[in-house]
Amino acid sequence: MDVLFHNVRELVERAENENKKIAHLMIEQEMLISGRTEDEIRTQMLKNLEVMEAAVERGLNGVQSVTGLTGGDAVLIQNYMKEGKALSGNLLLDAVSKAVATNEVNAAMGTICATPTAGSAGVVPGVLFAVKNQLQPTKEQMVDFLFTTGAFGFVVANNASISGAAGGCQAEVGSAAAMAAAGVVEMAGGTAQQSAEAFAITMKNMLGLVCDPVAGLVEVPCVKRNAMGAANAMVAADMALAGVTSRIPCDEVIGAMFRIGQSMSPNLKETARGGLAVTPTGKAISKAILENGSLQSIKSLSH
Amino acid sequence: MKFTSVFDIIGPVMIGPSSSHTAGAARIGRVARDLFGRQPKKVTIHLFGSFAETYRGHGTDVALIGGLLNYDTYDERIKTSFIEAEKQGLSFEFIPETAHTEHPNTARIVLEDDEGEMSVVGISIGGGKIEVSEVNGFKLRLTGGMPAILVVHDDRAGCIANVANCLAMHDVNIAHMEVSRIERGHTALMVIEVDQNIEPKVLQQISLIPNITKVSKINT
Repeated sequence: MDVLFHNVRELVERAENENKKIAHLMIEQEMLISGRTEDEIRTQMLKNLEVMEAAVERGLNGVQSVTGLTGGDAVLIQNYMKEGKALSGNLLLDAVSKAVATNEVNAAMGTICATPTAGSAGVVPGVLFAVKNQLQPTKEQMVDFLFTTGAFGFVVANNASISGAAGGCQAEVGSAAAMAAAGVVEMAGGTAQQSAEAFAITMKNMLGLVCDPVAGLVEVPCVKRNAMGAANAMVAADMALAGVTSRIPCDEVIGAMFRIGQSMSPNLKETARGGLAVTPTGKAISKAILENGSLQSIKSLSH
Repeated sequence: MKFTSVFDIIGPVMIGPSSSHTAGAARIGRVARDLFGRQPKKVTIHLFGSFAETYRGHGTDVALIGGLLNYDTYDERIKTSFIEAEKQGLSFEFIPETAHTEHPNTARIVLEDDEGEMSVVGISIGGGKIEVSEVNGFKLRLTGGMPAILVVHDDRAGCIANVANCLAMHDVNIAHMEVSRIERGHTALMVIEVDQNIEPKVLQQISLIPNITKVSKINT
């Protein structure tokens, strides 16, 4: 099949040569592949955006997962921000809280939009709805942001992986964070090359991250990994916009991520047989959930 | 190229918590139902790899049953699919397996009712995307991304041409086609991916062609 870009280098070159935004190249490619019109494609993405917004709002009102393992942290962070004492700044914490909000809704079996997966669904909307307050984008620009992140995600999914079972958390939250960083750069007026730099810088700092969910649930440590994925994306975007570049080109970083995923032990790829899942507390939580179906006993464990 | 659409990356809209274990599982269940052609009365679901390890926590079980009840990935009823299955007289059993499979998230679904039985192997490859890798013992590769027709037939000369002619008569364009057989002169399978959704009357006509034993479809 013929596509407009197979890797980040081709994507950036095309954007520069044709003087187009990455978002628009992604839309063009989607038109090519699906035979649908730009309007139809934009409408579908707008629906995804609305799902993301609803999930953020629901999470900020406070949710609890079925097990009781996660929920309520987004509210804690928002309340703390209101005190005005946040050391890392309210914009960053806003992104973190909204990423957490989305993943808390996901853990509660609520409706979310996978970006690129459900376990990593918090990062992209977390970053977007925080930056929204600063950059005041139109709805169309917000939809564009999703196409930009999608273009980078498309490259990662086809050249490496976006599955925790195949590549560890670096493939999920790592990809999500790098995608979000690239999207923010374009939204903030950065060049296509700067988007690629932001992607590379983020991904480099996510390499090696394993997928070790306690009791096999998309809760611990997934929710907090989404939080840090959002923070990582915000900082990397700022670095790229400041002119910082990655010594290792973006596509090579993606290649490294793929090979690291290949050599990662299956115990650390979504099987709940390694890492945090097999710590004494991780095992105790797992046992309690399997026996009782919920976390009545976990609460007594942690107190 | 495994991922072709931007909506494979930004999407699907789904019930949490896992795109590969929940949304992918719902899609595998739904494709299996589509291929069976009706709602089964009994399903036996064998789970492999990470599916076997974590299916309860990820809601893989309720999602598979939801898919078999024809629910989409975002259908809120996935959460209560067990209750609904019981109401509709669909009995089910989950069997976690220890055997190693090529892909970590694999499910083998055996669907049954009074009229027949079918075995479908589905794999969830990430981000909610799936592939069907086996039907009734035949190896194949179906992404569910395009409408497809599966034709089980006797391995005789002319079968493939007759089916292709029938599709041409209805102006259905073939995008990709694979044929395979288990043994020469016995049962064979055609997998035909086409450009547009298939009308029931087309399937009906194909099923009337000599030496055709079974026809099923996946629409998108």
